[in-house]
Amino acid sequence: MSNSINIRNMIEGSRKKSKLAMFEKTIPYLLFFAAFLSVLTTIGIMVTLTVESILFFRNVSFREFFLQPELKPLNPSDPKFSILPLLGGTLLSSIIAMMVAIPIGLTTAVYLSEYATERVRRILKPLVEVLAGIPTIVYGFFAFTFVTPVLRELIPALDRTNILSPGIVMGIMIIPIVASLSEDAMSSVPNSIREGAMALGATKFEVAFRVVIPAAISGIIASFVLGISRAIGETMIVTIASGSNKNLTFDVTQSMQTMTAYIVEVTSGDAASGTTAYYSLYAVAMTLFVFTLLMNLFARYMTKKFREVY
Amino acid sequence: MNQVILKQKEQKEIENRKNESSIVYDTKKLNLWYGNTHALKDIDLPVQERSVTAIIGPSGCGKSTYIKTLNRMVEMNPEVRTTGKVHYRGRNIFDSSYPAEELRTRVGMVFQKPNPFPKSIFDNVVYGPKIHGITDKKILQKIVEKSLRGAAIWDEVKDRLKENAYSLSGGQQQRLCIARCLAVEPDVILMDEPTSALDPKSTLKVEELIQELKQNYSIIIVTHNMQQAARISDKTAFFLNGEVIEYDETDKIFSNPVDKRTEDYITGRFG
Amino acid sequence: MQFMDMKVVQSRMSKRLLLNQMTKWLFLASAIFGLLVLAVLLYRVIVDSLGWINIDFLTSVLSTKPEIAGIKGAILGTVWLMIIVGPVTMALGVSTAIYIEEYARPSKLTSFIQTNISNLAGVPSIVFGLLGLTVFVRLFGIGSVILAGGLTMSLLVLPIVVVASQEAIRAVPSYLREASYGMGATKWQTIKNVVLPVALPGILTGLILAISRAIGETAPLVVIGIPALLIPVPTSIFDRFTAMPMQIYYWTIDSVLVAEYAYLAAATIVILLLILFTLNSLAIIIRNKFDRRY
Repeated sequence: MSNSINIRNMIEGSRKKSKLAMFEKTIPYLLFFAAFLSVLTTIGIMVTLTVESILFFRNVSFREFFLQPELKPLNPSDPKFSILPLLGGTLLSSIIAMMVAIPIGLTTAVYLSEYATERVRRILKPLVEVLAGIPTIVYGFFAFTFVTPVLRELIPALDRTNILSPGIVMGIMIIPIVASLSEDAMSSVPNSIREGAMALGATKFEVAFRVVIPAAISGIIASFVLGISRAIGETMIVTIASGSNKNLTFDVTQSMQTMTAYIVEVTSGDAASGTTAYYSLYAVAMTLFVFTLLMNLFARYMTKKFREVY
Repeated sequence: MNQVILKQKEQKEIENRKNESSIVYDTKKLNLWYGNTHALKDIDLPVQERSVTAIIGPSGCGKSTYIKTLNRMVEMNPEVRTTGKVHYRGRNIFDSSYPAEELRTRVGMVFQKPNPFPKSIFDNVVYGPKIHGITDKKILQKIVEKSLRGAAIWDEVKDRLKENAYSLSGGQQQRLCIARCLAVEPDVILMDEPTSALDPKSTLKVEELIQELKQNYSIIIVTHNMQQAARISDKTAFFLNGEVIEYDETDKIFSNPVDKRTEDYITGRFG
Repeated sequence: MQFMDMKVVQSRMSKRLLLNQMTKWLFLASAIFGLLVLAVLLYRVIVDSLGWINIDFLTSVLSTKPEIAGIKGAILGTVWLMIIVGPVTMALGVSTAIYIEEYARPSKLTSFIQTNISNLAGVPSIVFGLLGLTVFVRLFGIGSVILAGGLTMSLLVLPIVVVASQEAIRAVPSYLREASYGMGATKWQTIKNVVLPVALPGILTGLILAISRAIGETAPLVVIGIPALLIPVPTSIFDRFTAMPMQIYYWTIDSVLVAEYAYLAAATIVILLLILFTLNSLAIIIRNKFDRRY
């Protein structure tokens, strides 16, 4: 009896320590500050890019930046600042990447979700995802020292740096993004719907392409968009393997610069801080940021839409 | 001379078929295992055409497994093994030369829960005909009307064929699924507790529909609702622990069962 | 009226079944394609690195002469970076996750924070590099040192830790919390003594994945300005540094000038991949060992 009273007293005693209560009260604020830091990061990115871009657009008009085709940032007498060659390079490398990643990623997803037994799926899916864990610098090395030489055997006209090889390698890197997210979307289509189609005499192929894929389409599109966004933002593969040619062209055998590779070139190059050439990298980064942000928001919207159905 | 013999042979075959044809599905010594679980034991069950055959029994008695064996849907589970034979119109459905996909065009299925595709009502109905090669828009249109009428849902949906099937009520969805199944003009319709997810009003509608459908189709229905079996079926099979305990005219099963276990079940002593 | 013709159905059947079979194998081939490329990549890198990886390579400092160049500085630089990235992301990431999961009421602000985190995860790493360059290196004036690189990397991989921690915290069964509250524990006591210990394996898995991502990231380091040839080995967070991916980058692009640099790059890649492989195995072990212990 007396024993229990003692414990009670001890508890009451420790309760009264106002230090504890104070600490308890400040905790949510500390945690909120941490959470808000991620918002600050976004704000930081936006402010940085905007402020420095404004400095750039003081010297260069929107018209020059978006409409004329020449990019010669370090030309001493008459520098030209157009983003078009960089957009061309980015677009082209991303298209090539998605031409690899979409067919292979989607069919991999179909195989994993519709054909593979549970055991095979459990082994194969993580293995495919390993591709996403390889650092991009390794892919860059692979594109530059292996894929390009192999491709040059096949296409003699290929330059030593070109947009084709990094495009393909980026596509391989993006396969797991498309495969994994599409597979998630397809797997969440209820089995009863598959049974309904099979009971009508549909083959697995017909079930996959005429029922499951249409049913999962918004999730699948989200995976494509995230893949493209990844390709647009990818830096090292293109920096290493596609060179720094700033011509606006659609010849994939040529060297071409992407937005990301341009940023690398300017930051690690000789453009002195404060020059227009230096500020141009922020204008390019702003464009890159806006592109990827819009795509990510769109992908998020599509995934949400998909989740609402089931 | 030869031709006469041939003609006679043909005649004979037609005769044979006529005799056989009153039996649409014939199950002989069917055994089925899920891994090590013996789920169906020596099932023998001849099913009459153009009639309703009900399969009743307590949960886990194998009635759902059995009906899913009839269109080989049960094989979606890779652990399933079968022995014995199931003849559909004289052909063993387990024959390797008989693709399950072909069997399923002749044998439709309606499931426990309505499972329309997340597409328009129209697209749901034409899915089957399309995969089987019908592409003519006018014909598809006709098929849609015919099937929806057949499933007694045409009047309710004729003005909203482009709407998503999920905008329908549960009962309507189930009749849409029946229409989807009718669209491939099956010979047999398997129904796996088709009203278990429906409210009483919708259940009644589906039951009336089944009565109509048996004019043209052979229907095998699994139900855990004995009153339903008594109301709509011509013959009833009672399953227990993977065995057919009793199979007879429905009236007889419910009024005068031979086996004590059947009697216990239908009088509600277990299950 | 009859629309379906069994003859047509049957005549199309074999074609459809063949298509089904063929696509099955084709899709399997496609699933394996990525793995084949991975195998070729690993094979190439390992073959190129043969004869270049040895104790001297790991313990020597950089040099322009391939025969005597080593990656001691790069390895230490990476280690120093992780000494910053680990604690910073752990503290910020777990705090953010606790706030969102345990404290925040569902509100516009909360869902904005959540959306913001998932969007940050999609921002190209090079943009983080520019943020680091502009804010840490220039604005705060700390220069291209380990601290600047580490903080930049921390912001980059923060979403990984946040999302993993959120999932881990959400997976803690509510009866455990209720048991703690039932004994009169305060919210923070419950979180500290019940929720976090149970969620720890999931959090650690997320942290390891975040660190492996940070170890391989190159673009932000390029942008904040890492010298191509830096001989001194860093000894504090205020030292200039190089890191393994940076060294791979410089050796790869300079292999045009000196062919042997490609082998040095390959050797560094092998070491880098070995580290990543070890980390990921560790994550898998933690996940399996603590999976569903409660």
